[in-house]
Amino acid sequence: MSDAVSVLNGAEFNGAVTIRDAGLKGMITLRGDLAHEATALAVKSATGQAMPAARGIRQGKNGAVAWMSPDELLLMVDYDKADATVAKLEKALAGQHALAVNVSDARAMFTLTGQGVRDVIAKGSPADMSRAALPVGEMRRSRLGQLAAGFWLSDDTTLHVVCFRSVGAHVFKWLQTAAAKDTLPGFH
Amino acid sequence: MSTRLANSGRLIDRTTALDFTFNGKRFKGFRGDTLASALLANGQTLVGRSFKYHRPRGIVAAGPEEPNALVHLGKGGKFEPNQRTTTTELFAGLTATSQNHWPSLEFDIGAVNKMMSRFFPAGFYYKTFMFPRFAWKHVFEPVIRGAAGLGKAPTERDSDTYEYFYAHVDILIVGGGIAGLQAAKVAGASGLRVMLIEQTADWGGRAPVDGIMVDGKPADEWIAATVAALAATENVTLHTRMMGAGIYDHGYVLGYERLSDHAPEIKGPRHRLWRIRAKRIVTATGAIERPLSFAGNDIPGVMLAGAVRDYVVNFGVSVGDRTVIVTNNDDAYRTAIALVQAGLSVPAVIDARADVSGELPALARSIGIRVESGKAIGRVKGGKKVEAVTLCMQAGEGVSLEEIPCDAVAMSGGWSPVVHLWSHCGGKLTWDADLAMFRPDAARPPLGADGTGFVLAAGTANGFLDATDVMNDANAAGRQAAKEAGGKPVAGSAPKAISEQEKPMQPVWSMPQGASAKLRAKTWLDYQNDVKVSDVRLAAQEGYESVEHTKRYTTLGMASDQGKLSNINGLAVLADSLNADIPRVGTTTFRPPYHPISMGAIAGEARGELFKPIRKTPIHDWIDTNGGHWEPVADWRRPYCFQRAGETVKQAVTREILNTRSNVGLLDASTLGKIIVKGPDAGKFLDMLYTNMMSNLAVGKCRYGLMCSENGFLSDDGVVARLSEDTFLCHTTSGGSDRIHAWMEDWLQCEWWDWKVYTANVTEQHAQIGIVGPNARKVLAAMGVEGMDISAEGMPFMTFQDGTIAGIKARPYRISFSGELSYEVAVPASQGLAFWKAAMQAGEAFGIMPYGTEALHVMRAEKGFIMIGDETDGTVIPQDLNLHWAISKKKADFLGKRAQHRSFMQNPDRKQLVGLLTEDPQVVLPDAAHAVEGPKKSNGMENMIGHVTSTYYSPTLGHSIAMALIKGGSRRMGEVLSFPVGDGKVIKARVVDPVFLDKEGARANV
Repeated sequence: MSDAVSVLNGAEFNGAVTIRDAGLKGMITLRGDLAHEATALAVKSATGQAMPAARGIRQGKNGAVAWMSPDELLLMVDYDKADATVAKLEKALAGQHALAVNVSDARAMFTLTGQGVRDVIAKGSPADMSRAALPVGEMRRSRLGQLAAGFWLSDDTTLHVVCFRSVGAHVFKWLQTAAAKDTLPGFH
Repeated sequence: MSTRLANSGRLIDRTTALDFTFNGKRFKGFRGDTLASALLANGQTLVGRSFKYHRPRGIVAAGPEEPNALVHLGKGGKFEPNQRTTTTELFAGLTATSQNHWPSLEFDIGAVNKMMSRFFPAGFYYKTFMFPRFAWKHVFEPVIRGAAGLGKAPTERDSDTYEYFYAHVDILIVGGGIAGLQAAKVAGASGLRVMLIEQTADWGGRAPVDGIMVDGKPADEWIAATVAALAATENVTLHTRMMGAGIYDHGYVLGYERLSDHAPEIKGPRHRLWRIRAKRIVTATGAIERPLSFAGNDIPGVMLAGAVRDYVVNFGVSVGDRTVIVTNNDDAYRTAIALVQAGLSVPAVIDARADVSGELPALARSIGIRVESGKAIGRVKGGKKVEAVTLCMQAGEGVSLEEIPCDAVAMSGGWSPVVHLWSHCGGKLTWDADLAMFRPDAARPPLGADGTGFVLAAGTANGFLDATDVMNDANAAGRQAAKEAGGKPVAGSAPKAISEQEKPMQPVWSMPQGASAKLRAKTWLDYQNDVKVSDVRLAAQEGYESVEHTKRYTTLGMASDQGKLSNINGLAVLADSLNADIPRVGTTTFRPPYHPISMGAIAGEARGELFKPIRKTPIHDWIDTNGGHWEPVADWRRPYCFQRAGETVKQAVTREILNTRSNVGLLDASTLGKIIVKGPDAGKFLDMLYTNMMSNLAVGKCRYGLMCSENGFLSDDGVVARLSEDTFLCHTTSGGSDRIHAWMEDWLQCEWWDWKVYTANVTEQHAQIGIVGPNARKVLAAMGVEGMDISAEGMPFMTFQDGTIAGIKARPYRISFSGELSYEVAVPASQGLAFWKAAMQAGEAFGIMPYGTEALHVMRAEKGFIMIGDETDGTVIPQDLNLHWAISKKKADFLGKRAQHRSFMQNPDRKQLVGLLTEDPQVVLPDAAHAVEGPKKSNGMENMIGHVTSTYYSPTLGHSIAMALIKGGSRRMGEVLSFPVGDGKVIKARVVDPVFLDKEGARANV
């Protein structure tokens, strides 16, 4: 796997906040009946996390799971474990109508750290970035500028952005522009 | 002449002098000045020329309603035309030049238009420039373009940056006067998220200038204390230099923040466009004073009375030593008193009202100001500046009683609440006959999604002119907003605000009442667009009854100030001419933005690299550094060809084709859409989406399929692979992946919601690399294939397998779009580049070369394969392209089936796909050339029977090839068609089978 590279290959930017290419991340799209016990068990066994509520994200040492829609989850595991996790999910959900597919390579992921991470995102996303509207533990599927993106906070100064791989360079450039020094209004 | 006074000026800092230039002249102003106040302080009363007649124009107002004083600001990358001097804060080194003059501001040749003004009446353009038709383009338009127009367009790229910011609040209050501050205080006390924005740099609005007392103290003290209290309230956000530009549906507001216009040295974006969502919006936007309509009211030195007061009180600037006041209300007396208190002369207050008995006039009389009641200005004398006014009876026709020498005229026709924001989203107005103003009708506010009003007007903007009423109304608006936004308003009464009691004003739409036609032709309504009372009267006389039509016919209110001063006066004149009530005539539509905002703010960060997102495949950078000649394909960039040193694009394409046909080529096909479709009903679902049968495809095999819209027209095509019993992978065109995925979800979610099918768009999960040509299998073998048998027998045409190649997890599909032996290999995107490089390395011995989209296109055309978007244009059904073989006759239904059975679709004369061979094999038909047949039609046009859809020179065959959609084409085999290509030239081409190369498919079958 040594020749596998993420879209920006670990690039980093220091501005009003710090932005880092998070590198290769294992991501799995799981579609199925989220209310079914077997689904919850499969998710728990794959990520160590319980089923998230609507818009929720649960994160732990062994993985994370985010609610994407009433019948879709995004599971996050180590990049190297994605295929094995898909196989595990398929086995656990055999006989059920469900779809698990590895989408790790279809994505780019960035980590933003600093006091102003909510302000940076608010320059391009119409989502309410206030602590009350987007607490730690919730994820937003929204956009940044002209492009689709999902984001969540793991603590009040650490924010994660996921977007499509093909536009990873554009989103990174967008984030750098939004996070240029002396440009945050300090609204959040 | 205007000048700086020794004292006064509450907003300026006399210790900080700032240098600036106007038309190259060096001037000095103070920190806190606007450009307008600084120009006046330097005696510059002439600031521009009007749009049509190039009349001299001076500053009229002190705020965003200013129609005249627009300048070119800055230089080079900071140059901006049409900047209002009244809203431009002075900074050190500011450079401004006047606009719309030639050759100079003082002497303008265009002003001869003035002499011609009787030839430029309302609708002049419409009446004059209609005939002869050619003259518009060649004579009138170039001349008018040269003479008219306001500012010049910038010639350099904007050197500043701009951005958006999205904010969500419970209550947004627009306007930081005493009403806005009080509303914010009340709303903020409820604990809700409150934002208060003020367009100027200072809080308090007009109250300090007008001498309002709050709780027994001058307004300034209450304002400072309130701002401090609000700033300390955590749930309240305050912004100065931020204008409420527009209110839209669902409580959406644009806030235009000017961060560094006043101090260009500040780092960061110049403007920030706030996109605010609020549950309730309070508009505390104040009011704008109306001019009076008398002859010569456009001469520099004639100003609004409130503005004259602003300049004295706020900026310590006198607009003239002797200022005549002309009014129809008590408020203008505040100006008279302020001027006298500043040590200036007020020769007379000319009041149109017969009865002048208010508190303010009494005060004016007591300090010795001459008050002329029932009088009017007959006309203003002067050219580039005011020299005198003639006094006449308001009730009369303008006979001069006396000439009063003066340097300035301060006029007040009453106040119009700023109802713009209230009206943007449908708030209705009601006519207040006593105050002669349109004010918000609280019973008919703009309605939100829940059917309740989401905008509240407060204070003067709500039609209250008395300070006590203003404060009480703002207090109530703040409480109501808090309550409606879901908060608990805190009880409490408004502070006691006191202003002098005013007696009723008297509407005056024409001064004097019986002004002659001659005077009316010198009485301006719209200063910027040169619309006079006579123009509106003429429009009415010519049958224009609707205020919207009159506006467009006369251009009243169509200038960059959008009629902030002229609208009410203009429609009153129209109403009078039509003998109708003002409310019956109504207002024109208020549209955002309230005041022009910069183009940069609208563009935000989307410029340069960020203007348009470009999708890049994992191989993109390699292609870029290896001669890739880019072309856009949907949002992707794909290489048209790989150009080598010393090679033309055409030579590169030819080389790539010949090499692929004789050795092996490498194609980045990663952009192809890839959608997983899984579930017990997946086969049934795909049978509905594709025209052919997919449910009987065997696991491990591939099948080409067509997708149509419900109307039967071709929408997309691609190869479907069956990954397992219940899982398919659908390839789409490069531009179709998102659209087709959405199409699938639409049918699954809205129509067939009970079918058990899940889809996932995995387009970007895989890099897909085509290894194409006779040596393709050898290259794969050399790369190292594990876990698969890629031999001719082990992996027959239209099958795929899973394994590893070059140590990378890979899934080769043996499919071909070129007619050659070909494998399209899907690998994880993160290893796409590694795979590509491995193929280049292993393929070196076999003559591998990468090829681009043009080689791909030529090779598919040689094989007669269609391309969605070339052979299809949204009106083409598969049958037109001879694709009957891909349309199932067994299936009960599929999307498009019913439509394809309609009589028109079955018509044998539809345009059908044919191949074309030009008579001269070296001549290539132009793209989209039309075939013509028979005599010309009655309208002189050729009788067109179809057009070329794809056309290339085929290096493989050594002659040109083309495909075309031709009326009844299937029956025309062997016919020679004519393609006129201009200049009397006609290319002849013979209709042939569109498969030009290897019809039996032997090349791929190796």
